[in-house]
Amino acid sequence: MSAVENAPLLSVQDLVVEYPSKRFRAKPFRALTDINITIGQGETLGLVGESGSGKTTLGRAVLGLAPVTKGRIIFEGNDISNASRRERRTLSRDLQVVFQDPYTSLNPALEIGDILAEPLGVQGMDATAARKRVKELLDQVGLPSDAIHRLPREFSGGQRQRVAIARALALSPKLIVCDEPVSALDLSTQARVLDLFLQIQKDTGVSYLFVSHDLDVVRHISHRVAVMYRGEIVEQGSADVVTTDPEHPYTQRLLLASPVPDPDRQEQRRADRHRLLETQRQQNEQTLVS
Amino acid sequence: MSDSVETAAVAAPMPVGQSGTVVRSTVIRRLLKNPLGIASLVILGSIAVLAVLAPVLAPFGENFANITKTLAAPDSVNILGTDSAGRDTWSRLLFGAQLTLLSALLCAGVAIAIGLPAGLIAGYYGGKFEGVSNWVVSILMSLPGLIVLLTIRAAFGPSVWISMIAFGVLISPSYFRLTRTAVQSVRNELYVDAARVSGLSDLSIIARHIFSVVRAPIIIQTAAIAGVAIAIQSGLEFLGLGDPTRATWGVMLSEGFKNVYLTPTLLLWPALAMALTIGGLVLLGNAIRDALEDGEKIRHRRQRTPVAGTSAERTTAERAKARQARKTVAAVDIGTEHHLVKVTHLGVGYPQADGSVKKVVDDVSFHVDRGEILGIVGESGSGKSQTAFSILGLLPDNARIVAGSIQFDGNYTVAPGEDRVNQDRLSRLRGKRISYIPQEPMSNLDPAFTIGYQLVTPMVRVLGITKAEARKRALKLLADVGIANPERTFQAYPHEVSGGMAQRVLIAGAISCEPDLVIADEPTTALDVTVQADVLDLLRELQQRLNIGVILVTHNFGVVADLCDRVVVMQNGRLVEEGTVREILRSPKEKYTQTLLGSMLEGKTPMTMLVSPPEGPVSHESGSTAPAGQDAAAEKEPVA
Amino acid sequence: MIRFIAKRLGSGLVVLFVVSALTFVLLYTSSGSIARNILGDQATPEQVALKEQELGLDQPLVTRYFAWLGDALSGNLSASWFTSEPVANSLATRIPVTMTMVFAAMILIAVCATLIGVAAAVKRGWVDRVVQVGAIVGDSIPGYVIGVLLVTVLAIQLGFFPATSTISPGVGPEAWVYSMTLPVIALLINGVTGGAQQIRSAVIKQLERDYVRTLRSRGITEREILFKHVLRSAAPAGLTVLSLQLIGMLGGVVIIEQIFALPGMGPLAVTATAQTDLPVVMGVVMYTVVVVIVVNLLVDILNGWLNPKVRVS
Repeated sequence: MSAVENAPLLSVQDLVVEYPSKRFRAKPFRALTDINITIGQGETLGLVGESGSGKTTLGRAVLGLAPVTKGRIIFEGNDISNASRRERRTLSRDLQVVFQDPYTSLNPALEIGDILAEPLGVQGMDATAARKRVKELLDQVGLPSDAIHRLPREFSGGQRQRVAIARALALSPKLIVCDEPVSALDLSTQARVLDLFLQIQKDTGVSYLFVSHDLDVVRHISHRVAVMYRGEIVEQGSADVVTTDPEHPYTQRLLLASPVPDPDRQEQRRADRHRLLETQRQQNEQTLVS
Repeated sequence: MSDSVETAAVAAPMPVGQSGTVVRSTVIRRLLKNPLGIASLVILGSIAVLAVLAPVLAPFGENFANITKTLAAPDSVNILGTDSAGRDTWSRLLFGAQLTLLSALLCAGVAIAIGLPAGLIAGYYGGKFEGVSNWVVSILMSLPGLIVLLTIRAAFGPSVWISMIAFGVLISPSYFRLTRTAVQSVRNELYVDAARVSGLSDLSIIARHIFSVVRAPIIIQTAAIAGVAIAIQSGLEFLGLGDPTRATWGVMLSEGFKNVYLTPTLLLWPALAMALTIGGLVLLGNAIRDALEDGEKIRHRRQRTPVAGTSAERTTAERAKARQARKTVAAVDIGTEHHLVKVTHLGVGYPQADGSVKKVVDDVSFHVDRGEILGIVGESGSGKSQTAFSILGLLPDNARIVAGSIQFDGNYTVAPGEDRVNQDRLSRLRGKRISYIPQEPMSNLDPAFTIGYQLVTPMVRVLGITKAEARKRALKLLADVGIANPERTFQAYPHEVSGGMAQRVLIAGAISCEPDLVIADEPTTALDVTVQADVLDLLRELQQRLNIGVILVTHNFGVVADLCDRVVVMQNGRLVEEGTVREILRSPKEKYTQTLLGSMLEGKTPMTMLVSPPEGPVSHESGSTAPAGQDAAAEKEPVA
Repeated sequence: MIRFIAKRLGSGLVVLFVVSALTFVLLYTSSGSIARNILGDQATPEQVALKEQELGLDQPLVTRYFAWLGDALSGNLSASWFTSEPVANSLATRIPVTMTMVFAAMILIAVCATLIGVAAAVKRGWVDRVVQVGAIVGDSIPGYVIGVLLVTVLAIQLGFFPATSTISPGVGPEAWVYSMTLPVIALLINGVTGGAQQIRSAVIKQLERDYVRTLRSRGITEREILFKHVLRSAAPAGLTVLSLQLIGMLGGVVIIEQIFALPGMGPLAVTATAQTDLPVVMGVVMYTVVVVIVVNLLVDILNGWLNPKVRVS
């Protein structure tokens, strides 16, 4: 399961994303600065950061939903940073997405069957084959086959997220960008959906770019982790190192900020956090003075 | 070019039409169930049939004048009488219907032909086209329709068709804006993004995902616009500026008005015809709108009108007792006065349209003492927020207390037998002794007032201090909750501060009147984890310093471990387990609590299954049990 | 704020220019032989040519427009082709009649619609149902049909009010009130029913917002929440409704004045249209656009005052 391929599946090099400012002649807003990441076959890269850190933008840039100002995004050896819609259509066989909000990521007016058939239809699959594939997909994500003729609103959040995962799986992609796919779910539902992600990877060897604000989630599902802060990657490395013994001060703060479900250990962690903040404050003062 | 070819190729293999018909047929079924919907369809249908068959049904031509029989009363030949030129009123009414309906159709058709594509383009692509079209629209919308039609009449002479085309152009902004807004609201929906990732062309995305959103609003709008077109067209004719050779309702009304002293009934028929047609259109629009609304929503609205629900089950004697209780509040059970809050066998329910009551909180009992933090933990739909709001007395209007009681500091706020929270008793406590920290910081501050104002006013009202004193206290409070520059934050509007800062402001507000009890509803859920840690520190520090009782509603066991002394676990409206924080987190007795804690990721081996053995399909995740008030809000139909 | 107003004013002037140019071109290119129209069928071609020269119709369109614009900017809107009365004079005597009615109706609409709409939103129950039904009924019957029915019943059958106006130059205020009561009622009914319905939904929407619950939790009374916070947040929606109603009313009042024979803009506009008296039609259009621009400017300023976000930017 480790990534020992010669060429990575996805490689992002010196990526910069800027959004033009609404105001006339104002400086554009820079969402991402000099991003470098790679993802190998069957590998999960966890991308963790807080709101506004640019983690979602990075996922969207890979998908062609955010403008690439500078740098390259290379997928299977091809530069896709400025792929046309037509190229995207071919690309969509190998590159798919699961979004955060299972309520708005499914068109409420379409039946589940139609939602799942959409990517198949784009690739020109005929209706009978598509229906067969949809049934397989529902089975794969643990939904009953009568879901085909039901509307999204008849399902709970976790079930909808299963539908979204099934849609991403429809074309047996090589990489799925998962944008906070479990953060809108209840705890017990989150656990089941994470299991599903792991099971799918085991079965199909798919790679994930897994975006989340939750260090625990990222630790659980990733081989490697990249930490984002204010549009930059401040630290990346193997999951157990980054999520247990981080080097960067921000990652250290992030790690200790997340409370643990035991009062005594949490008290310990709280104390550790206060100590860390104090040390970092003193270091900052020293760098300012010197 | 290639787009359209591909659209066809894409559309063919997918059963797109099928789903469309399913959705549409349910709307039509609901429309036909609504008596107003049927009435409007019958009225409009009959008028349309009469109009189409006018040449057959009308006994006379529209301009056939019998000058020997003017202003005649109804008889067997002229069933509605004749006008001042001896023309048959019934015949003219029929021909008028023809012209009226055709002109309304023309007007709506022109308006749709311009407004819909322009709105789609402006909404989907934005950019320069949107800028220019917005400007044109703002001009068109600032021109009074009738004045424009007068100008068109002066320029082109009397013609129903020209004036209706012009009016169609003039009113096209209403379609433009409707379409643009609808498109903008879905353009950035994630399902449109998903379609883009799948490589769907823009045309396919518009046809498949976006057009379906505007379809229904456009039908509703068309009903309204047809009505307006009829009104304005007949107004023009009433002024004598229409085509004199055509029989129209406006001309007939004007004719009737001229002879109002002799035969006022001449006025009645065209006025009635107009009111029926326009009224039919208005009703149809309303009925379609109702039919489109989710079943959930319709039920929700019905709940607002008082429903017999609970009281039907009660005897009159019981009701009298309840009324009695409202006047003289019973004393609480001896030996429980010392609890700050005591909730006993509480049940909260929402009366449904069918007379039943949907319980969202069922038989919940717990207590909170001074200086103690009680955590209420549960997943969505567990009833934890509903429980908290019933203590605050801030349940939605349609909620009913169906069982149990709540006491605060030795007095009932909800006495046994009462079915509503007693606002008289609670409004004296709220803000002063019981306060509230909400979940979402930004939406809980009024954007139109400064933060200072929103801190000062409650203190002035509740504590009766002067504004200057309150201001001094507010600045101190802001410093207390860790805001670096209190003066600047005091003067800022909510949109000028960050989410974490806004949450600190709300915490400052909650403790501003030195309450005994603070109810915090997921106070850190909307915050980043580093900000959450700071806010948790702040809450702990304030709670210890002020020795307040806190009810902390949360789904996060980490937050529970950080703050709480005792915990109650809720599921589907029921209390599952209660205990000290160590008991619950370390050795939970109930299976549900164990499952919840087992779902925590902390301490688990990465890359292993969390739920074992692999569960069968879905049964655990069956739809939430939350009532209209909670989850349903998130599940609103976007089409409405 | 001043920059904001100046910007709005500037864009208003641009709109005025564009509309005047478009109207001018529309009127003067499409209206067939104007001179023959005025002189009648018996006129000789020489007479027609002479008349065209007299009216300046032999000049190119653009020249004529800028000549008109130059005159208009100095307050001269040229004269009626039929009565030779300067258009500016006709407007000056008629605008007070029309504006009195329009503003009386608008103020009454604002007050009544707000009171009824808020009552319906807060009390619900029967008040709410009456408002809902009222909105449907109001939408179903055009204002001028209501006017006709009012005259027929209250003036002609019952004689409570005059069927035609008694306003003439120099009459006292009683005559104005007496003559304008029915027309104002006819003008405002649709506005009140429609406006109340929209204000009702705006208030309900605001009452459901999170901050209202938080204000309640802080011990602020329902009354203060309603009048200070909710109404203020609902006001922009209400103002938009009112400004759209006013635009509609500038058209509707033309028919109402015709029904009640009031000496306002209505009869002037109708006669000028029927006769193709283009300078008068131009004058009527210009007056209307100016009123709309001024009202929209006022609405923008009020909205800026109500919404701190607009004020800051």
